[in-house]
Amino acid sequence: MGDSQYSFSLTTFSPSGKLVQIEHALTAVGSGQTSLGIKAANGVVIATEKKLPSILVDETSVQKIQCLTPNIGVVYSGMGPDFRVLVRKSRKQAEQYHRLYKEPIPVTQLVRETAAVMQEFTQSGGVRPFGVSLLVAGYDDNGPQLYQLDPSGSYFSWKASAMGKNVSNAKTFLEKRYTDDMELDDAVHTAILTLKEGFEGQISGKNIEIGIIGTDKKFWQAPL
Amino acid sequence: MSIFEYNGSALVAMVGKNCFAIASDRRLGVQLQAIATDFQSISKIHDRVFLGLSGLATDAQTLYQRLVFRHKLYQLREERDMKPETFANLVSALLYEKRFGPYFCQPVIAGLGDEDKPFICTMDSIGAKELAKDFVVAGTASEFLYGACESMFKEDMEPEELFETVSQALLSSVDRDCLSGWGGHVYVVTPTEVKERILKGRMD
Repeated sequence: MGDSQYSFSLTTFSPSGKLVQIEHALTAVGSGQTSLGIKAANGVVIATEKKLPSILVDETSVQKIQCLTPNIGVVYSGMGPDFRVLVRKSRKQAEQYHRLYKEPIPVTQLVRETAAVMQEFTQSGGVRPFGVSLLVAGYDDNGPQLYQLDPSGSYFSWKASAMGKNVSNAKTFLEKRYTDDMELDDAVHTAILTLKEGFEGQISGKNIEIGIIGTDKKFWQAPL
Repeated sequence: MSIFEYNGSALVAMVGKNCFAIASDRRLGVQLQAIATDFQSISKIHDRVFLGLSGLATDAQTLYQRLVFRHKLYQLREERDMKPETFANLVSALLYEKRFGPYFCQPVIAGLGDEDKPFICTMDSIGAKELAKDFVVAGTASEFLYGACESMFKEDMEPEELFETVSQALLSSVDRDCLSGWGGHVYVVTPTEVKERILKGRMD
């Protein structure tokens, strides 16, 4: 692989025009636990597997789905510690916006600022990209929104998306099942079914996490 | 002599029925000498938000330029106009940034918010907001404006009556103040149109 000569320094493009570190980061994401999100007509749902390394781990201490503001939640696939850093930065950005404008930050603005942080780490010295892809679910004046952010800093708005280990099967499943006029309850149901598709072992309330936001604009985690 | 009284100004904003009026005098002076009689203290930020800046003219101009800059970037990023409440908070934050070396201005912000509800507010030179339901005043003639507005104000005035009230309040107040006057500039804003009128008062 001629590209491997260019993987030592992030600031160098490989001859094929790729930034190899970002490719590696995406591989890290691709081997992470599956997570997915679905945008319904009246809300958004995000969900993830929560496979713990041992039965001795206290599963209540593990929170893979976090809220960034009262009306925006996020889930990830990839490296947990990198996720925590991004959550911290995003929350701060959301609060700074509020301090300046006394308005809750619109979902697109928060996504854009978080993506800008992720991009910084692909163009600075001595740092590596974040090994996570994020699914941001929010509800603001522009309605329900679902965004995926990649380690490169690029972001896309999705009607439904999946990331992590089982991504291709999950996406095929979602493509078949998604309808534009889906209600939030249907979307939650579909999300759980999609997770079940690629689940190794028995799916239960203890090894998945679900985050939901509806027309009340309050992000909450479904107790399972 | 106070730095706020160097150039002289008078500003008033009043709430009417689904409309608001914002008015200023037209004098720009250097202490006792009048330099200009067509000075604009009120600027449009966008169709539904107006900003008046009283106090030191140079600070008013610079602050205005900074605010327009911020608002233009906001419009590009968020693809929408700023609500008046949001704009007021931005002005307050910018003023407080200079807490220990402030802009010598007193802004008056007036706009139509959600559902065409009129919004007015003023703040001091370091960003302490004062929201009011009826009227707000600023400038060297502010004490006189308080008195005039308090006695002339009525709730839910239609645009035409609001215009008359604001004009009378402004002209009678600036006549008492030697540092403001030389006519008036009144904007009456409804959800559908903006009416701009020049008043002729005592030209001294």
